[in-house]
Amino acid sequence: MGLLVANNVLAVSNLQCVRGERTLFENLTFNLESGKLLYVQGDNGSGKTTLLRALCGLSQVHSGQVSWNNQNIQSLAEDYSGQVLYIGHLAGIKEDLTAIENLQFSATLTGVDVRREQAITALTQVNIARCADLPTRVLSQGQKRRVALARLWLQENPLWILDEPFTALDGEAIKTLTRHIEGFVGAGGIVVFTSHQEPAFDSKIMQRIKLD
Amino acid sequence: MTTATFNKISALTVLYRVFLRDIKVAWRRRSDIASVFFFFIIAASLFPLGLGADPKLLHAIAPSVLWVCALLSCMLSLPRIFAADYTDGTLEQLIIANQPTLLIVLMKTLAHWVLSGLPLVLVAPLIGLQFDLNVNELQVLALSLLIGTPTLSLIGSIGAALTLGVRGGGVLIALLILPLYIPTLVFGAGAVNAVSTGMSASGGLSLLGAMLALSLVFAPLAASVALKIAVE
Repeated sequence: MGLLVANNVLAVSNLQCVRGERTLFENLTFNLESGKLLYVQGDNGSGKTTLLRALCGLSQVHSGQVSWNNQNIQSLAEDYSGQVLYIGHLAGIKEDLTAIENLQFSATLTGVDVRREQAITALTQVNIARCADLPTRVLSQGQKRRVALARLWLQENPLWILDEPFTALDGEAIKTLTRHIEGFVGAGGIVVFTSHQEPAFDSKIMQRIKLD
Repeated sequence: MTTATFNKISALTVLYRVFLRDIKVAWRRRSDIASVFFFFIIAASLFPLGLGADPKLLHAIAPSVLWVCALLSCMLSLPRIFAADYTDGTLEQLIIANQPTLLIVLMKTLAHWVLSGLPLVLVAPLIGLQFDLNVNELQVLALSLLIGTPTLSLIGSIGAALTLGVRGGGVLIALLILPLYIPTLVFGAGAVNAVSTGMSASGGLSLLGAMLALSLVFAPLAASVALKIAVE
């Protein structure tokens, strides 16, 4: 994945998000440049998902702004969303399609073509290649999660936004994913993620935010 | 870490694959398509059975009956455009794709028309025979449906997007969308009626065409804004 242009900056300034009457967080400011990992901590309902979705441009922000390389993401629109790989609470897996078809379609949406063998290689990485041609309807929750995560081996977006990537994974898979994320960050990627378990990343590359 | 590189694909290819995916997903659930299709056939066939064998009466009501049935069966299939994608999270992925949501909505609406509107266009002349329509009228009927049903899908996509995640969305779609379908119904059935009374159908058909052009521009825009609100 040596194609990353390693000079990106995701900047958040004075961000405030409001749900109904309640302010989830305000005055949130941080900068993330290439090669950085941001761990968003917080209790249930503290606004972690809302923050992640605001970073994708899926949620409206109440005030403040999110910018990518000094341009507001609202004005960049799909030029920005093409840079983001977002894996949310909902896995974004179509149950009527096979694992391979799902991966190919996800890649299509970011403008790249994934061949069958490439998709199988990615599924091997998350140890689920034997289910490659099954409709994902028959897979378990954890297996669907793995199919969704296999996208991380296939797409070259420089910014990954991952909502609880470690849930429903077994120990071995967590290790593989941790290594892969570290590799991506080392190659100049930017990652923002949430997790309820303390992740095993090198503290030199990891920044933290705690929402309360 | 993989070192493989991936080929970039053009915007048109992306949009074509969005269309193709909807067709493929629908094909794997073809009972859904079939049930809407048979609803049209059965509903339209109830009228000749209920009204008795009076060719004059049947002939007089045929255009409106067929158009109303087309309207209802199109409406039945509307939730299919976005609802499943909304539940499984693929809608979010479509919204943050590298293509404008507007165009993606247009592709999904096109797929909806191919799956639910186009079959009606093809089968309507056959059903029209039950109503004693002549060849000329059948042709205009098919043509009016060919121009009119895409408008139904387009306007319907707004309703489908607005009612996402709303409880009792099915009934709400009907309340929102049926009033907006009235002009299409009036001019569509009007075109066929005009031929029956010996006049030209071109007035009705032109107006249908104008509505198609108008909804082609505005409906995807409105639907994409509604979708963004729905996923928030």
